[in-house]
Amino acid sequence: MQTGWSNATVREIFPAMWDGFLVVLQVTLVAGVIAVVLGLLVAVGERNGPAWLRRPLSGAFQFIRNTPLLVQVLIVWTATSLYVNPDWSAFAVGSAVLGVHYASYTSETYRAGIDAIPKGQWEAATALNLPTRRVWGAVVLPQMARRSAAAVGNWIIAMFKEVPTLFVIGVMEMIAEARAFQGQHYTGAVEGYTIAGLLFLAASYPVAVAMRRLEIRLAKSHY
Amino acid sequence: MPSPTTEPLIEFDRVDKSFGDLKVLDELSFRVDPGERVTLIGPSGSGKTTILRLLMTLERVTPKADPERDGGVVWLEGEPYSHMEKRGRLVPANEQWLRRRRSRVGMVFQQFNLFPNMKVLRNVTEAQVHVAGRSKEEAEAKALDLLDLVGLAEKTGEYPSRLSGGQQQRVAIARALAMDPDVLLLDEVTSALDPELVADVLAVLRDVAGSTSITMLCVTHEMGFARDVSDRVMMFDGGRIVEQGPPEAMFSEPQEARTQDFLRAVLAE
Repeated sequence: MQTGWSNATVREIFPAMWDGFLVVLQVTLVAGVIAVVLGLLVAVGERNGPAWLRRPLSGAFQFIRNTPLLVQVLIVWTATSLYVNPDWSAFAVGSAVLGVHYASYTSETYRAGIDAIPKGQWEAATALNLPTRRVWGAVVLPQMARRSAAAVGNWIIAMFKEVPTLFVIGVMEMIAEARAFQGQHYTGAVEGYTIAGLLFLAASYPVAVAMRRLEIRLAKSHY
Repeated sequence: MPSPTTEPLIEFDRVDKSFGDLKVLDELSFRVDPGERVTLIGPSGSGKTTILRLLMTLERVTPKADPERDGGVVWLEGEPYSHMEKRGRLVPANEQWLRRRRSRVGMVFQQFNLFPNMKVLRNVTEAQVHVAGRSKEEAEAKALDLLDLVGLAEKTGEYPSRLSGGQQQRVAIARALAMDPDVLLLDEVTSALDPELVADVLAVLRDVAGSTSITMLCVTHEMGFARDVSDRVMMFDGGRIVEQGPPEAMFSEPQEARTQDFLRAVLAE
């Protein structure tokens, strides 16, 4: 069993790691859409929804925020496999759990963005008799988006880095690929994990820089 | 109940308004005729702004058990405004009712409250298109006319943050007028402005008062403006009307000691 670093192993494992990286990107895309859209719906629902919806919604997302992602992944995967449909893929279930978990954070970011909109904006919208949809679509959400965009972007980066959690249910992302390679060849763990780290860095660093720039640009914008 | 013979545009009939334990309006009754310009004066907390906010439906009146008998209702053009009729009885208006009726009223705020994410032109067209149902072209033409009236025709493409306070307030006036309201509410529209910007805003309002028949209710500490444009000045204290009358009489020979004290303090500023 080889224990040191091997460039030959790097070459051998890289295609599998790249496949795993693409899976990470796919999970991030699906979960990201869920986190962005569901988080927004929750924030608006908590603010504008009927009373019977607000409390349970708030409680459910409080629960999600305060329990570990890993536990949620295992609970949902086990429950869906046993009681709902054993054929659902780990990719679908894992992406959904990750998306909902991060929606609990993005919803808080949106909520803070909505709360920061001055009361006078709501009053002006009422004085002009704007329909509720228009108040949200044309007045509140654009102003909220400006305040929340960078923070939500940072949540998506954080979520991207948590995709490896899904290896516990068999999503073939990079860590799962490295472990599978090691299981077959009794080598490659160090190389695989190192490649995984570098690919995460290569993908997340430029996005983090872009988010920082976006933050500065928005701070300088006219509204 | 409003008299069926002389129909005022606005009528407050024994209206109460409390915030928690604080009673801001106490059995307040008054009428405003169509086209009348009324200035509301009085110390802070006397209920002036609350009256405007009730008219703009930003606040709701404190309900009374039996509005038919005890009042507590705001009327607009002889129809209930703060209330609606349900099975032959007056009940507090729901949002649907208010939405149908509040377009008759427009308001200009102390802090302008322009939408910062929209350029000047869209600030003035937004409600025209999405509330009044005008076409974009029609709304823009009207907006340009009004922006010209307030002296800002060349600023249509600017965001509000690029304008001075006085300019923003003039856009807000154009925005309110664009909806052709029957009633224009002006809530201390110059209070947040630097002194040198006040004159432009007041000049625009004088123009509006002189060139339209719009009913105006104005809360202001600008006594010169109140004297020039008002048909009537109402002095408030503790949620009640202390004294009211034509501006010449109110400013030259106020009858009540409370009005005299207040005017002396304001004019000394």
